[in-house]
Parts: sequence; C-alpha cells; structure tokens
Amino acid sequence: MAEIKVDCKGETCPVPLVETRKALRKAKEGDIVEVVGTHPASQKEIPMAVKALGMELIDVQENDGVWTIRIKR
Amino acid sequence: MADKATIIVHSGDMDKVYSAFIIANGALAMGMDVSLFFTFWGLQRLKKGGLDKGPLSKMNMLGLGKWMVKRKMKKAGVASLERMMQDFKELGGKILACDMTMEIMGIKKEDLREDLIADYCGVGTYLNEARESTITLFIS
Repeated sequence: MAEIKVDCKGETCPVPLVETRKALRKAKEGDIVEVVGTHPASQKEIPMAVKALGMELIDVQENDGVWTIRIKR
Repeated sequence: MADKATIIVHSGDMDKVYSAFIIANGALAMGMDVSLFFTFWGLQRLKKGGLDKGPLSKMNMLGLGKWMVKRKMKKAGVASLERMMQDFKELGGKILACDMTMEIMGIKKEDLREDLIADYCGVGTYLNEARESTITLFIS
C-alpha cells in the first residue's frame, strides 16, 4: 500500500479539489492519499467529494490555517 | 451511472470562461461526468492560442481592467485557464464545438484546437447530453 502526498498550500478554488481527485484516480485500492492545503473552503469540500466518490475519509486535521486530509482509496 | 453536468459556454469573456471551467472541474473532482458545449463567443476560446484572449465582461477598459484582474488572480493563486483545460481533460471532461457557429463565423476545424474537441455538433447533441444530466447551465 502506497501513501501519496499532495501539496496544495497557497492554491485556491478549485485546485485543491482537482488535485485531490487526480491523486485518487492514480491511487490503487487501499492506497492512502494525504492532501495538505490552506484554502479554507476546500477543508470542507474535499470531504464532500470523498463521500460523493464513495471513498473513506480517514481524518481531517487543522493547525494554524494549514489542514491535512487523509483519504483511503 | 455517474451524475452529469452539461454546460453551454456561450460567452467568450475571460471571467465567464473561468466560471465554466471552475464549475466543470469541481464537478469532475466530485465524481461527475461533464460536457462543455462551446458556442458563439465561447467557441472563439477554442481557437489556437485563444483560450485566455477574452475580455473581462465588466470594466475591461480596453484591457486595463483585465490586466488588473489577472494580476490579482495570480497573486491569489488562481490557476491559468490553460491549466484548468489540462485538468479538465485529465479528469475525463468532454469538449463539444458548435458546428453552426463555425459556419457563421467562418471557423475551420484546423483553426481550432482539434486535439481537445470530442465532437463537432448541434443542438441535438446538446439535448441528448442535457437530458441525462442532473445539472445543466448556460454561461452567457
């Protein structure tokens, strides 16, 4: 199982969402995708996309305006 | 079958083409299928080298307003239209070109970015796509 990291710090709508989707498409079943970013709305919207895609949201953490979202494909 | 969004891009204004691609790429990212139907002024943006050549829909001021907005967008980290187009294609989005507009405006296939375009078609194709879509928008 691989862990794929995506850095979207400083990127704005819709890039964090799009980069998350691109990484999830490349991931294999069971892989973990970790997205780090600063765009506030994406912190809520990436979990919405994960739900719509029927994948598993592992956790969402936020520290000083930087969030980290972990998703299992 | 995935949900689908079908968007008519009638305007060629830079800010409105941005709106179309932001919605389209967001929908693709959330697992939907997306078709963009480029017609009239929108079709001009599919000409070679034409994607970001549209004016600002308001306060363009002979390009000064556009230049100012582009500078602010860059500062805010907004992706270029070209990058949005590449992401759109990578996530499986479909581009349709209106063949009537091509005829009226004397645009030939070779004037357009043929590598991006899935089909050259008319209203029947749009309706066939739209009737199976949960979202359809007209960007004017």
